[in-house]
Amino acid sequence: MNSPDTGFPITLTVNGVPRSLVLEDARVTLLDALRERLDLTGSKKGCDRGQCGACTILLDGVRINACLALAVSHDGASITTIEGLADGDVLHPVQAAFVDHDAYQCGFCTPGQIMSAVGLIREGQAGDDPERVREGMSGNLCRCGAYAGITEAVLAAHAAMNAPDVLPGGHLSEDAA
Amino acid sequence: MSERMRHGASIGQPLTRRDGPAKVTGAARYSADFKPEGMLHAVMAVSTIARGRVTHLDVAAAKAHPGVVDVMTPENAPALAKSPDEKDNPFTFRLDLLQNAGVRYANQPIAVVIAETLEAATEGAALLAPRYDAEVPEVELGGGEIFTPSSVGAGSPTEEGAGDVAAGLAAADTRLEATYETAAQYHNALEPHTSVAAWDGDRLTLQTPTQALWIAKGRLAELFGIPPENIRIVSHFLGGGFGSKGFIAAPQILGIMAAKLVGRPVKLVTRREQMFGPVGHRASTRQTLKLGAKADGGLTALDHHTLTLTSRHDDFVEACGLIARHLYAADAIATTHAVSRADIGTPLFMRAPGEAPGSVAVESALDELALELDMDPLELRLRNYAEVEPITHRPFSSKALRECYAQGAERFGWAKRPKQPRQMRDAHGLLVGWGMGTATYPAGMMQGEARATIRADGTALVETAAQDMGQGAWTVLAQIAADGLGLGLDAVDLRIGESDLPNGGLAGGSTGTATAGSAVHAATQAALAELEALAVNDRASPLYGAGNAGTVAQNGRLARRDDPTRSESFSEILARADKASVEAKGTGAGEPASRKTYAMHAHGAVYAEVKVDPDLGQIRVTRLVGAFAAGRIVNPRLVRSQYYGGMIWGVSLALHEHAVLDTRSGRVMNPNLAEYHVPVNADVPSLEAILVEEHDPHVNPLGIKGVGEIGITGTAGAIANAVWHATGVRVRHFPITLDKLLT
Amino acid sequence: MNRFDYIRAGSVAEAVAAHAAGAAYLASGTNLLDLMKGDVTRPERLVDISRIFGLDAIETLPDGGTRIGALVRNATLAHDPAFAKAYPAVAEALLSGASAQLRNAATTAGNILQRTRCQYFYDTASACNKRQPGAGCDAIGGVTRTHAVLGWSEHCIATHPSDFCVPLAGFDAVVEIEGPAGRREIPLESFHRLPGDAPERETELAPGDLVVAVRLPPEAKAFAAHSRYLKVRERTSYAFALVSAAVGLTFAGDRIGQARIALGGVALKPWRARAAEALLAGAIPSPELFARAADAALQGASPSGDNAAKIDLARRIVVRALTLAQAGTPARIPALPASPFGA
Repeated sequence: MNSPDTGFPITLTVNGVPRSLVLEDARVTLLDALRERLDLTGSKKGCDRGQCGACTILLDGVRINACLALAVSHDGASITTIEGLADGDVLHPVQAAFVDHDAYQCGFCTPGQIMSAVGLIREGQAGDDPERVREGMSGNLCRCGAYAGITEAVLAAHAAMNAPDVLPGGHLSEDAA
Repeated sequence: MSERMRHGASIGQPLTRRDGPAKVTGAARYSADFKPEGMLHAVMAVSTIARGRVTHLDVAAAKAHPGVVDVMTPENAPALAKSPDEKDNPFTFRLDLLQNAGVRYANQPIAVVIAETLEAATEGAALLAPRYDAEVPEVELGGGEIFTPSSVGAGSPTEEGAGDVAAGLAAADTRLEATYETAAQYHNALEPHTSVAAWDGDRLTLQTPTQALWIAKGRLAELFGIPPENIRIVSHFLGGGFGSKGFIAAPQILGIMAAKLVGRPVKLVTRREQMFGPVGHRASTRQTLKLGAKADGGLTALDHHTLTLTSRHDDFVEACGLIARHLYAADAIATTHAVSRADIGTPLFMRAPGEAPGSVAVESALDELALELDMDPLELRLRNYAEVEPITHRPFSSKALRECYAQGAERFGWAKRPKQPRQMRDAHGLLVGWGMGTATYPAGMMQGEARATIRADGTALVETAAQDMGQGAWTVLAQIAADGLGLGLDAVDLRIGESDLPNGGLAGGSTGTATAGSAVHAATQAALAELEALAVNDRASPLYGAGNAGTVAQNGRLARRDDPTRSESFSEILARADKASVEAKGTGAGEPASRKTYAMHAHGAVYAEVKVDPDLGQIRVTRLVGAFAAGRIVNPRLVRSQYYGGMIWGVSLALHEHAVLDTRSGRVMNPNLAEYHVPVNADVPSLEAILVEEHDPHVNPLGIKGVGEIGITGTAGAIANAVWHATGVRVRHFPITLDKLLT
Repeated sequence: MNRFDYIRAGSVAEAVAAHAAGAAYLASGTNLLDLMKGDVTRPERLVDISRIFGLDAIETLPDGGTRIGALVRNATLAHDPAFAKAYPAVAEALLSGASAQLRNAATTAGNILQRTRCQYFYDTASACNKRQPGAGCDAIGGVTRTHAVLGWSEHCIATHPSDFCVPLAGFDAVVEIEGPAGRREIPLESFHRLPGDAPERETELAPGDLVVAVRLPPEAKAFAAHSRYLKVRERTSYAFALVSAAVGLTFAGDRIGQARIALGGVALKPWRARAAEALLAGAIPSPELFARAADAALQGASPSGDNAAKIDLARRIVVRALTLAQAGTPARIPALPASPFGA
């Protein structure tokens, strides 16, 4: 196995582009790999302990806190960050909705909020239910207090994307709507 | 055509943020996102004792860790040109910059480890394993000797009042005395205090988030003994400040010192748990209210006494009493403050400093009095409506509070509120309660400057060292500039957030837009005057000789005020004068005479609905309606966001935030965002902010009052009152946690 | 965070073989990395088990029970339609924990092995018998609003923070373990240890033991129609439980058949309330009965500091959870899972 003496070569597919790097340390988190080694600083570090959500990324399509994942453990993974969301100059529907609904103030938590919203919509558990959106977005703190706009933006993006309605996972009986 | 319409194409429009696309794509770069060539990482070690001195640091162990470049301690920290403990004005706060081994509070910086990687620097800091000579700390409110401070807040008098409170209480039909406590709170902007510092000889380039670039530049120039113009601070985006970035803090300066020590650029980012000490906080308070009222509700006395904490080594006093000086018309008013010292980091301005905890006490007390009087709480407030500022008897420059009360009440449905508590339940059996509170915040101004340049291509550049920390300066200053110049928004380039631009004042105290906006407006008018001078003195111009009539700027043209058909474009004027541009500076500041004549405040009314589980005590704020009047609204979309943000801080003050100190060690035991609770999205299901129209001819030429802080005031009290209304339990110790409702 | 050897294990056997003194198993790391960043734990070696094949399956067993692989993510399990229908209180508990991001990463084994949130355990300048046996417990006499009211000792008053474990304890889950000594099983109810005089020993795992699965017995499905998890917390979401309860009931006519009750946030382990269950079995449900059951569940409770309110709160939660369970499992997991505001 690798040791601290030889370093840890890993490859991540970040926003569709394979990126290889050699970590001098196994203790590098995915967040620090992105921010400090791959110059992708859109993902933010607010707490570094999984308590604020500012570092939310999609790991193999699923939203996680990048601060609580070791990069070396995710060698070969596919990652989407805020930098990979827009299609050229065309904003992703969630990004556009954040602008329209003023779903931010200082903007520091915004990349994490947006990646979380993209993940939430993909998960298909919240649908167009504002209460489920609020619950689903509660892992992303916004100290400025932009929650009202964030909820509106997620609902608007959900509608704009024609996202599928709630998947069956949350249903506990056959007669559930 | 009215002046207002000519100058109203951008101001008042609910435009989306100009910096929006950068913020939603990750392109907006915050301080920690910069990485100059050769940059090293620095991590602070902080004290775990609250009082005493460091006796040993295992520097050798830290240096032996692979990647560690150096360790900065009091032994080798670069000398400073001026002691960071020297206090030559009340708002130069003492800073802990490794000048000695002393420890004055828990989490004080005691060393900085500099390394090739963040991981190595972090581990190096852990390996220092400090040993201490510890003394028993005092951290409790009132635990130390209690004394009367010389001033409170931002230099306000410690005591102020009018009339005879004792006589007022004696004359009252109903009296109320109650004591309220608020908890220590930490700003916890999501962006930690950061610096990315690069020295080039005696020139410093610094990426750091600050709410006041010029104040920061001045402090650094003194500390490092270099001319201010040698310092370039860039702060294009701040990830939240709330007062904690008003003055450059110790961690940011330690990063600069570390860069000097190692001769390479250095990035220092404060760890979340390290933000509970060296970057300010709101101290806990104990406030005693004594109210007297006639049977009709008229206040005969309002006595507001505050006890709060400050640090042992510096002075900042949470000015809770300010709010009672101008809010209600009582026959007699007394507002006093006392303070005790503790081994804590120095408290600091924190969003609505003084007013936030002061408001929750005053608004709770009014609610308690209303019950005693068997009056509707809104009616009691209207009964004591201050037509002039109570103590000074100055008229208000504008005050649409009555409209706020009315519009908010209408929207909320306040008229249907039963007077007695525990009267309402929802379909699931949850207790429902309604409460209200008055919101107020001073409409202050700092002094700021801006520069406007009108360019030959018909566009303009407007520059000021103002900062956008989320309030929307990138957008609203451009709106003000566009209207000032008679240009479309797209023709205006704005530069802010750099310290070598004209001093833009402070993004704080709800003064940012009023100050920088006024400066921008003045600069645009001065630049237009330059342009006008070129045209009216030029025989070839259609504006020749229009000097007396004057001109107006519209759609990129100057036109005769008395004959709009005679006009010329900015480009034509400049081209004929063979100039690439004209530029001029403008100043924004309060006008002393009108500020002496008038009391200037924004006002509002907040109505809250809470639900409380009758058995389990868990609380949720299910509806908040705020109606606010704050003069001219430059951008309703962004102003609404500011109100929402303030209201959520009100939720937080009422129900969530409190730093829990272990009084034995003096350490905050919940220094993290998992257990230092700020509201999450699910905590605020329904917010509404009504923008009540208000015209203020005195506050500044644009008629703007600040909106950043007022939302907290009123809200926290409204929630406390709603919790009482739901449960019949009056909690006077904030935050209201569910265990306090289990009866 | 200290430097450590990193070894990625390809199989359970490889993982167990790679384990050594001072080593820790790494699954997703949501708890381990948090502790390492705070220097609460400083393992010399991480054995990464996240790629081991076959540990991420949810299987229905021949006896009708369910086997949850150690690496099944919390969100995956909670959103598995068959699982959520069979064990709705478990799904609700999972979805009330942490945040969506953390649930997407956190694993079954990692959840049951998560360490206490006691502030004095996290604060490395404080004395803690868990971190350093014999050092003492600074929590005692300190900030104790959230600490244990059942099963604590003078050596430790911490609580176990898991939501997931509460219904697992209530529904007789079994932990499957492979280790240097081979394969064995421990009921979840006795998997976590009370502090006694050895709070550093948190579970019955021996050094090198690896949790490979958690099994729920088929009998647990009998409670599916009357199962709830209720969690009182100090924010509407994204907060640890102050106190929680998982309850399952079966009915025979107008009488309760069997009852299952477990409490969270009250002790250093999920607290199974067997005396209360016995009192409910065969009885006709009524508010009085539920109140007596609650008293039985909290029998022996005592404050470990400034936390007497938790005892009262726990009683009320038991009554409410029983009432909700009697009313029946909701058709869909509430928008705010396990919340008093979720209805």
